[in-house]
Amino acid sequence: MGLLSKKDAKLITDPLADNNPITIQVLGICSALAITAQLKASIVMAVSVMAVLGIGNVVISLMRNIIPSKIRIIVQLVVVAALVIIVDQVLKAFSYELSKTLSVFVGLIITNCIIMGRFEAFALGNGPWRSFLDGIGNALGYGVILVIVGFFRELLGSGTLLGFKVLGDPIEKTGLYAIGYENNGFMLLSPMALIVVGIIIWVQRSRNKDLIED
Amino acid sequence: MSLKSNLHNLKEKYKGTKMAPAFNALHTFLYLPNETTHGGTHIKAADDLKRTMNTVIMALVPCLIFGMFNAGYQHFAAVGTPVEFLSWDAFYIGLIKVLPLVIVSYGVGLAIEFLFAVIKGHEVEEGYLVTGMLVPLIVPVDLPLWMLAVAVAFGVVIGKEVFGGTGMNILNPALTIRAFLFFAYPTWMSGDKVWVHGAVERAQEVANGANVDVISGETILGSLAQSNVAGYSVADMFFGFIPGSVGETSTLLILLGGLFLIFTKIGSWRIMLSSVVGALVMGLIFNGVVSSGWITESSKFYGLMSETFWHHLLIGGFAFGTVFMATDPVTASQTNKGKWIYGFLVGFISILIRVFNPAYPEGVMLAILLMNVFAPTIDHYVVQGNVKKRMKRLKVKTA
Repeated sequence: MGLLSKKDAKLITDPLADNNPITIQVLGICSALAITAQLKASIVMAVSVMAVLGIGNVVISLMRNIIPSKIRIIVQLVVVAALVIIVDQVLKAFSYELSKTLSVFVGLIITNCIIMGRFEAFALGNGPWRSFLDGIGNALGYGVILVIVGFFRELLGSGTLLGFKVLGDPIEKTGLYAIGYENNGFMLLSPMALIVVGIIIWVQRSRNKDLIED
Repeated sequence: MSLKSNLHNLKEKYKGTKMAPAFNALHTFLYLPNETTHGGTHIKAADDLKRTMNTVIMALVPCLIFGMFNAGYQHFAAVGTPVEFLSWDAFYIGLIKVLPLVIVSYGVGLAIEFLFAVIKGHEVEEGYLVTGMLVPLIVPVDLPLWMLAVAVAFGVVIGKEVFGGTGMNILNPALTIRAFLFFAYPTWMSGDKVWVHGAVERAQEVANGANVDVISGETILGSLAQSNVAGYSVADMFFGFIPGSVGETSTLLILLGGLFLIFTKIGSWRIMLSSVVGALVMGLIFNGVVSSGWITESSKFYGLMSETFWHHLLIGGFAFGTVFMATDPVTASQTNKGKWIYGFLVGFISILIRVFNPAYPEGVMLAILLMNVFAPTIDHYVVQGNVKKRMKRLKVKTA
C-alpha cells in the first residue's frame, strides 16, 4: 500500500484477523446473532456500522482535546446517536423493505460495544486520519464476520444467497431439492449464529496458536 | 492366525504413528488386550468404560428389536392390511427401515471419533458406543438418512468434541442430535405423518386424489393435544403397540432395561425414581387443576391436562428419556443429593413442557437438556452445603 504508511496499514489489517472485534475481543455479538439470517441484511448492517464508526471516530478525534473527561461518555453517545439516526433515515428513504428487516437493530448500533470501545480506546488518543483508518478497519473486521455468518446461514437455512435461489426451488423440487435435500431450519434461529461464530473462532485459533489463552 | 493376533500385530506395526489410536481402539473394542501394566500394584476392575457401555447397549437391544417389529406392525395397521405383531412381515419392514438408521448413526459417529483421535493424537474414547445406539431409537422411522448423518456429525462435533471429547461434554450427545433434527427439520420430526413408515407418501397420494384412506399415524401426545382423546388402551401404551420414535414405545421393555441398569449399578436409581416422582407430581397438579374446574374442555390444554396423571409415564418418550438419557453419568448430577433434585426437575419440567407447549410435544428431550446445563450448578450447591455443615461441626467441636 503506497498510500498508507506501514503503521497506518496495520490499523486496517489488524482488526481483519488477529485483533478481530467479534472473534477475538468478542464485542458486537448481539447484532451478529440477530440480523445474520440473510446475507443482504448482514452486508447492510456492516456498511451502516462502517459509516457510523468511520465518521464517529473522526468527530470524536477532532473534539478529543475539548471534551471534559468527566462527561466524555455522554458526548460519545450524542455523536453515535446522531450518526445512527442519519443512517436509519437514509435506509428508510432508499430501501424501506430492508430497514424493516433490520428493524430495531439499526437503532441498536448505538449500543454496539465495538463503537464505544473504539471511541474510548482509540479516537480519544489519536489524530483524525488514524482514527478514521482505525474505524474503517474495525468495521471491516466486524463486517467480514457478519458476511461469513450471513452467507452460511442464508445458504443452508433458506437455500438462497442475496435472495437468489442458488440451490434450486424447494417448492418445484428443482436443483438440489430434486434429490431430497431440505433447508435446515435451525440455521435461521439465532443459536445457530452463535455456533457459526464459535466455529469461526475455533478455526481461527487452531490456525494461529498465539491467540489461545489458557 | 486368529483375528485377535492379526489385530495385535497391526497394532504393534503402527505403534507410535499417527494412526495408532485407531488400531488400538479396534483391538480393545473386540478383545481384552494381552499387555499388562508393569510396576506397582494395580487393582483390576472388570468394568472398564467399554464394558460399561456394552452393558447399556445390552439393555437397549430389546427396545431395538421391539422397535423393528413395531415399525412394521404400525405400517401395516396404518395402510389397512393389519398383520400379527410377531410376524416376519412386520419384522422385515422394521429391519429394512431401522437397520440403515443404526448403520448411519454408528458409521458417521465413529468416523468422527476416530478422526478426532488421530488428529489430536489421543486414544479413541468409547463415548459414542451408547450414543450411536440411542440415536436410531429416538428418531422417527422414516427420517431421511442424510439428515441423520448431518445431525450426528453436528452432535458429535459441537455437542462433544469441542468440549474435549467423552466425559467432558455438558449436553447429552444423543439428545443434542435429536434437538438438532427437531429444530432443523421440523417437518420430519413432529406432526401426525412421520411416526409410521409410509404415512408421508400416503398423504401425498390422498392429496393427489387417490382413492385410499388417510392413515392416522398420530402419536398419543399429538392426538391428546388436538382432539382430547388418547386413542389407545393403557395396555397398548404399556406394551408399546403405539406409534412413536423407533425404540421409545414399549414401557415394559424400557422398564426391564432400567432394572438391568440398576442391577448392574450402571444407571442411577435415584435419578430414575425421582424423575418418575417429579412427573407424577406435575401430572397430579394438572389433574387437580382440571377437577377443580379451573379450565374447561374448550381449553387447548384440556386433553393433555386431564389425562390421568400416571399415563404420562407410559406415553411419549418419557420412560425412555428417564431411564437411558437422564442417567447419563457424564451429564447428570454427580452427588447423591444432587441426583434427587436433578431427576425430580427432569420429570417435573418434562410434563410441564409437554402440556403447555403442544408445538414441542416431547418435553422430556428439552427437560433433560435443560437440566444437563444446570447439573453442575446443583452439584456446586450440594457440595457447598456439605462444606458448610462440616465447618459448623468443626467449630462446635473446637469451641
